[in-house]
Amino acid sequence: MGATLSEKVWERHVVRRAAGEPDLLYVDLHLVHEVTSPQAFDGLRLAKRTVRRPDLTLSTMDHNVPTTPKTPADEISRAQMDAMGRNAREFGLVLYPMGDPDQGIVHVISPQLGLTEPGMTIVCGDSHTSTHGAFGAIAFGIGTSEVEHVLATQTIWQRKPGTMAVTVEGELPHGVWAKDVILGIIARIGVGGGVGRIIEYRGSTIRALSMDGRMTICNMSIEAGARAGMVAPDDTTFAYVERRAHAPKGALWEQALDDWRSLPTDADAKFDTEVRIDASELRPYVSWGTNPSQTVTIDERVPDPSALPADRRESAERALRYMDLRPGTAIRDIPVDAVFVGSCTNARLEDLRVASEIVRGRRVKPGIRALVVPGSMLVKAQAEKEGLDRIFRDAGFDWRDAGCSMCLGMNPDVLQPGERCASTSNRNFEGRQGPGGRTHLVSPAVAAATAIAGHFALPEDL
Amino acid sequence: MKPVTRVVGRALPLDRANVDTDQIIPAHWLKRTLRTGYKDGLFEAWRKDPEFVLNDQRFRGAAILVAGANFGSGSSREHAVWALQENGFEAVIAPSFADIFRNNAVKCGLLTAQLPADVVTSLMRAVETEPSILIVIDVAERTVMAPAITAQFPLDDHTQHRLLSGLDDIDLTMRHQDEITRFEARRPEWLPRLRA
Repeated sequence: MGATLSEKVWERHVVRRAAGEPDLLYVDLHLVHEVTSPQAFDGLRLAKRTVRRPDLTLSTMDHNVPTTPKTPADEISRAQMDAMGRNAREFGLVLYPMGDPDQGIVHVISPQLGLTEPGMTIVCGDSHTSTHGAFGAIAFGIGTSEVEHVLATQTIWQRKPGTMAVTVEGELPHGVWAKDVILGIIARIGVGGGVGRIIEYRGSTIRALSMDGRMTICNMSIEAGARAGMVAPDDTTFAYVERRAHAPKGALWEQALDDWRSLPTDADAKFDTEVRIDASELRPYVSWGTNPSQTVTIDERVPDPSALPADRRESAERALRYMDLRPGTAIRDIPVDAVFVGSCTNARLEDLRVASEIVRGRRVKPGIRALVVPGSMLVKAQAEKEGLDRIFRDAGFDWRDAGCSMCLGMNPDVLQPGERCASTSNRNFEGRQGPGGRTHLVSPAVAAATAIAGHFALPEDL
Repeated sequence: MKPVTRVVGRALPLDRANVDTDQIIPAHWLKRTLRTGYKDGLFEAWRKDPEFVLNDQRFRGAAILVAGANFGSGSSREHAVWALQENGFEAVIAPSFADIFRNNAVKCGLLTAQLPADVVTSLMRAVETEPSILIVIDVAERTVMAPAITAQFPLDDHTQHRLLSGLDDIDLTMRHQDEITRFEARRPEWLPRLRA
């Protein structure tokens, strides 16, 4: 029997396998940021250990960084960023600090630099590490103790996850984007649907997506509880990686290509579970609740908890109380206070192009706070080269520097209690964008149209 | 890590599914650079509600949290484990756990006992009715025992050994240095490297 993509990549990285033990896996790339690493570096210092492979470790600052000089970092955030700087110097790591042209959200900069490549194992103290699976890498989030372990040994103990195929076939309907595909998948399989498994996204719909779109989908694998999400590498992948700063060159590029072409799942391989989705049934989604499976299409209404299956009723009731929504309200009738275009889910160039096209020549509805936070300083520079910043600014959006920003409210970009936000980010948990804030997950297209309309809207509603 | 052989204590019932790590410890607490100081961050937002179970005096001093399915979903923040431990929790019992949370917990010696949903529900009801009942979780036996309830939870040999011995994970891995070095020699040349 053949092997799946994830099984092939896994097997290539097993350093040690023994009965009764998890596998000891080699880590090809370790991404480090300021928030989940200081305690790990302290641990190394305490035990007088070093970083085994500084050349396989990339560090940046993203979670805490302010995205405008108008709101400087608070003292504790600054101290945490300073600690990242000191640790990078002390342990000899490459660091892209605030202000560096290569700085940005760690999951945006690594692919840009060509560090994320097919067939690799990539870890980071951040659950959205699953993003890198878009290249056919096994990439997953780890905690701080594991960060310390990887720094010291370049390996990680992991039980081999199960396999799951999510196959999406057909052409996406007009106005449906990668974000809607993954929200549709999570609506189907639930927030625990992928626990203990690596999802492989397959089918003609996925094949037709750009790398930016594939990253959006893999990014939210963790929102389905999956250990990781992957897409088999193909010509779209190779074209993205080729000629990037860290991509192999010359003869090594040819060797790499040969290797990468052997990665896709074999025709006779079997997955533990399979889910099939017809792309033609997908629509733009809007979340109404406080977990990413609590979504409906933009044409629907806020659900009535009493009409939901018993096991989902109570959490729906609690979610509606928190979100201050009444069952039966049309999604398009819900007004918003803020619009956030950003995050490792949806702040790459394609996302900004889509959103800017919709707001071009229009104005953000008065009273709405709208901001665009590019995923990296490079994305920002590219967008400015294309004049996207002008379009956003002319429409009344704030145009910011790169960072995680309002996705998780660790920097000054937070919602006020009770504020409602249409957000291109990945989590609508209670208080995620600031205590008491209410998050609705949407695609960049819906976010842009919503900023103009003042309530949830599609571009064609404008 | 200190060895963990058994946890004996009263329980606190948190009858909610999909409790995410943003609720366990909100993001602004993650600006700290130390491993301690997260006590007041535990369920910070939910705790503001006087009705929230953590404010219920009957469950004060509980060592075991009994929760709904998919506990610890979302962010990879290990701070969630630290915050639970600083509040005296030594174990969490739930029908299922998010992968990263479970990994983080075991690294820190916080027991995660996965039991069938109906057993968790019975346990939850028992504790709600009689908050003083003692629950015993035995690592060697892989059992959870409460009055009228005895259940086995899955725990692989390796993790069990680590918990019982309190071994440092990195020390354990360092014993396999030669294997790591041999593996490194085999890695393809085209794999990316940063200049350090």
